[in-house]
Amino acid sequence: MTEEYTPQRRGVPLWAQIIVWVFLVALLVIVAMGLRRAQQGTVQPGQKIDNFTLTLFSGYEYEGKTEVTMEELRGKVVVINFWASWCKPCEQEAAELQQAWEIYGPTGEVVFIGADYVDTEPEARVYLKKFGITFPNGPDLATNISQYFRVKGVPETYFIDREGVLQYVQVGPFTSLGQFQSIIDPLINQ
Amino acid sequence: MIADFGFGVLVVSFLVTLYSVFAAIYGEVKKSAAMVESARRAMLLTWPLLTLTAGTLIYLLVNNHYEVQFVYEVTSRSMPTYLKVTAWWGGQAGSLLFWSWLMSAFASLVTLRNWDRDREFLPWVIVVACVTMAFFIGMNVFFENPFAQLYQTFDGINPFTFQPADSILFTPQDGRGLNPLLRHPGMVIHPPMLYLGFVSFVIPYAFAMAALITGRTDDRWIRITRRWTLWAWLFLTFGLVLGGRWAYDVLGWGGYWGWDPVEIAAFMPWLTGTAFLHSVMIQEKRGMMKHWNMLLIILTYDLVIFGTFLTRSGVLSSVHAFAQSAIGPLFFGFIGITLITSVALIIYRWAALKSETEMTSMLSREALFLLNNLLFMSILVVCFWGVIYPLISELFTGEKVTVGPPFYERATGPLWAALLFLMGIAPLSAWGHSTVKTLGRALWKPVVVAIAITIAIYVYFTNNIYALIGFFLVALVLLVTIYEYWRGAYARQRSQGENIFVAFWNLTGRNRRRYGGYIIHLSIMLMAIGILGIELFQKETQGTVTAGDSIDIAGYTVTYREVASWDDTPKGVNYTRAVVDVYQNGIYLGELHPRKDFYFDSQQNMTIPGNRSTMKDDLYVLLVDWQPISADGATLKIYVNPLVNWLWMGSLLFIIGITIAAWPDKDPEHVTVRADRQLKQTSAAD
Amino acid sequence: MKKILSIILLVLILAGASASLVFAQDTFPTDDDVNKIAKQLYCPVCESTPLDVCPTEACRQWREVIRTMLTEGKSEAEIKQHFATQYGIRVLNVPPNPWLTYFVPGVVILIGAVMLFRGFQLWKKPLVAEPVSDKDEAEQVQQDEYLAKMEAELKRRK
Repeated sequence: MTEEYTPQRRGVPLWAQIIVWVFLVALLVIVAMGLRRAQQGTVQPGQKIDNFTLTLFSGYEYEGKTEVTMEELRGKVVVINFWASWCKPCEQEAAELQQAWEIYGPTGEVVFIGADYVDTEPEARVYLKKFGITFPNGPDLATNISQYFRVKGVPETYFIDREGVLQYVQVGPFTSLGQFQSIIDPLINQ
Repeated sequence: MIADFGFGVLVVSFLVTLYSVFAAIYGEVKKSAAMVESARRAMLLTWPLLTLTAGTLIYLLVNNHYEVQFVYEVTSRSMPTYLKVTAWWGGQAGSLLFWSWLMSAFASLVTLRNWDRDREFLPWVIVVACVTMAFFIGMNVFFENPFAQLYQTFDGINPFTFQPADSILFTPQDGRGLNPLLRHPGMVIHPPMLYLGFVSFVIPYAFAMAALITGRTDDRWIRITRRWTLWAWLFLTFGLVLGGRWAYDVLGWGGYWGWDPVEIAAFMPWLTGTAFLHSVMIQEKRGMMKHWNMLLIILTYDLVIFGTFLTRSGVLSSVHAFAQSAIGPLFFGFIGITLITSVALIIYRWAALKSETEMTSMLSREALFLLNNLLFMSILVVCFWGVIYPLISELFTGEKVTVGPPFYERATGPLWAALLFLMGIAPLSAWGHSTVKTLGRALWKPVVVAIAITIAIYVYFTNNIYALIGFFLVALVLLVTIYEYWRGAYARQRSQGENIFVAFWNLTGRNRRRYGGYIIHLSIMLMAIGILGIELFQKETQGTVTAGDSIDIAGYTVTYREVASWDDTPKGVNYTRAVVDVYQNGIYLGELHPRKDFYFDSQQNMTIPGNRSTMKDDLYVLLVDWQPISADGATLKIYVNPLVNWLWMGSLLFIIGITIAAWPDKDPEHVTVRADRQLKQTSAAD
Repeated sequence: MKKILSIILLVLILAGASASLVFAQDTFPTDDDVNKIAKQLYCPVCESTPLDVCPTEACRQWREVIRTMLTEGKSEAEIKQHFATQYGIRVLNVPPNPWLTYFVPGVVILIGAVMLFRGFQLWKKPLVAEPVSDKDEAEQVQQDEYLAKMEAELKRRK
């Protein structure tokens, strides 16, 4: 600490005070922001979803391309399902999801995307084969997409309407195909 | 019923604490000694009240009252009684109550001292202590009620403080049980020790604030809190060491410190606390470094609160984190207020903290203590940055990063080495004046011997450059400290005619602070030997073996003999226990029993090592489950940790050292007081 | 003669085979090779748990990935890069860009050291006073106690 060693008493010079207070306030702001982020849950309905790209596993394609971009899906209802091969609850809904895809996919109004969360490819393929999943699936590289959605765990499914606005968040597996349909039908009929 | 009673007493404690704060402020502002005395008595009342609250909670914990949410979360029928008691600090709500209880105990101890010479400090010490207490009790009352009970309503089963309409009390059959990792003797003592350390630093802080507010910035506040600081430092150090020992024993990671953000959050107040401990000596002896002392105690207090906050808010990801809750923002508010108030106060009184003497030489003891402060602060900066950088990175770039052990080891290594060197030369430098010549004259002999020892280590053991530097410095400090100790005893022997052992004893008894301090430094050197051994020379290997196979490591041969698995239903555990034989150079040393314990209630595994400890090294065998475990194949992970037991032995010597240093002297103060009272009585008779 | 030789050969082969059974772990990549790299990575899912000690099923799979990549001849850097690409740089135990990590604390410490030494220069007075010895120190302490007693006396007499 620099201290003027003169007989008269001196306080803290103004420049030093400014630096100290700026640093203190900056620290508090950073911690507050961190706290707010920690308290936030997943992305909530009503938010417009930014563009992202999912590179698909080889063997999967969407409209002839090996990657899916959010932007080009505008005008359709989009269902994004986060899963992992090591996730036991994911297996509970896997069959239902594939069934739903077989119902809604051919209509061309809905797109299902599977984002594999923090997984290994060989095990992922085994999982996909086991449930006969045919809708576009790919690894969420560097967890960019799941970080964007602030995914807290798997499985989670996000329903996005034709304008690209998030409408519904399903945390945990679906209990039945009926539950799934009750969420998605209103979005298609909008 | 009982839970409601407990909550009622808790609320009363909260109100009493609040009253104490306002009465103290009012009494100070209106110059009413009676009000201040009332505040003091109120503060004394908090401990019995909180003891009653805690007692109620413990009663509920021990007697399986699972309708109380906290009891349900942390106990289960299969837990032994002593663990049910320690489950008090096994969860968020209970641990906050534990904090408050300790705080009230210390606040009461402080109020019981004689305040005659320091009347002006009293109101402000009460305010600071009680504001802190009110905050923690308040969190229990409003947000994390340990007495909340489970009620069944239409929405399901939820905890409530007060019974909601149209609901019935729900009593689960059994509790969830304490996390198996916490069911270990180390875990029983580690949180209380750590909290003791944290809470006891609040008292010096309270006196520091009182000194700033009243303007009495001489060393009176330091002399009063001298012993508090020592005990606080003891508890905090021991809490950290116990945490390390617990991690070593039950985590199965082969180590004692992982540079996890929450470990660092508890470590940072230790750094400033150690600097503070040393720095106050300068203020007492030379009236210098007053700014440093204020800053250091403010930092220690705020880092304590900040550390408690980080563990519970979810801001940092860590293995230690409690479940997240609403108290994060409150803690943040409290930190903000205390930081801003403390900084404002110290700026306000900056001029009053002028030094009484100047520093005359860069090698004098004062200057070396200043360097000491700088080094501790530098390590703090490194640790703080390591903790805050991932947060900043994620907030501003969206990119999550992890700052792990390599950063901390590389960045703080040279700083620790510099501190070791300082420990070696500081006892030899004089107050006020030292030159390179005087210091050199005192230093050259220990340096030469230390170099000789280092050369011997190089020839016989290792050519690892970091180890050689480390052991050189440790040898230097040991030699200097022992020499200084011996010199004092020898002089005493010559002058008093006592034999050398009696001389040592009396010397230590007459000057407890100095020689207790030397013992503490010696114990830290023993711990340093252990740390150097395990950090630089740890060996590990892993392999899957069938029965009869062996794994070789560092001269040991570990042979896998058999494995057995059985349930212990009353305890709720399934044990899988392997038996391995240990040989060294063909000689049979014994058998070890690494285990895997599976707890049914929490569905969690614990990996308990089979450990053979000697002063030379630890042979640490783990049963890992990379492959399924059976007689056909088990995966064993084996660590050899050289010298690690010097770390634990050193910490035991450390306790002895601190006890000596903190042992009460005959305080001249007491004599004065007794005379005071007698005089008062005679004058009252007038 | 031939019979004896073939028996000896058989015995030698069997001995060699059983030796390799005992030391089966010596085939590359051993668990130690995997752990050496896993030590430097963190589990992508669990909190702050290094990959070599993480007990979950997922971590087991990730360690198998390391083993597979080692068998393919990938280097340590390539394996770490693979994990960073797949799961984000947070799985590395140090941020990939060392500059920012070491730069900020380095600068702060340097500024502190500079301030300290500037302070030294301002404080230092030319050496006039005698060195303070321990005897003086003892006297100083006695003086303090005496002063304290005086203070108390004076207070009482007010």
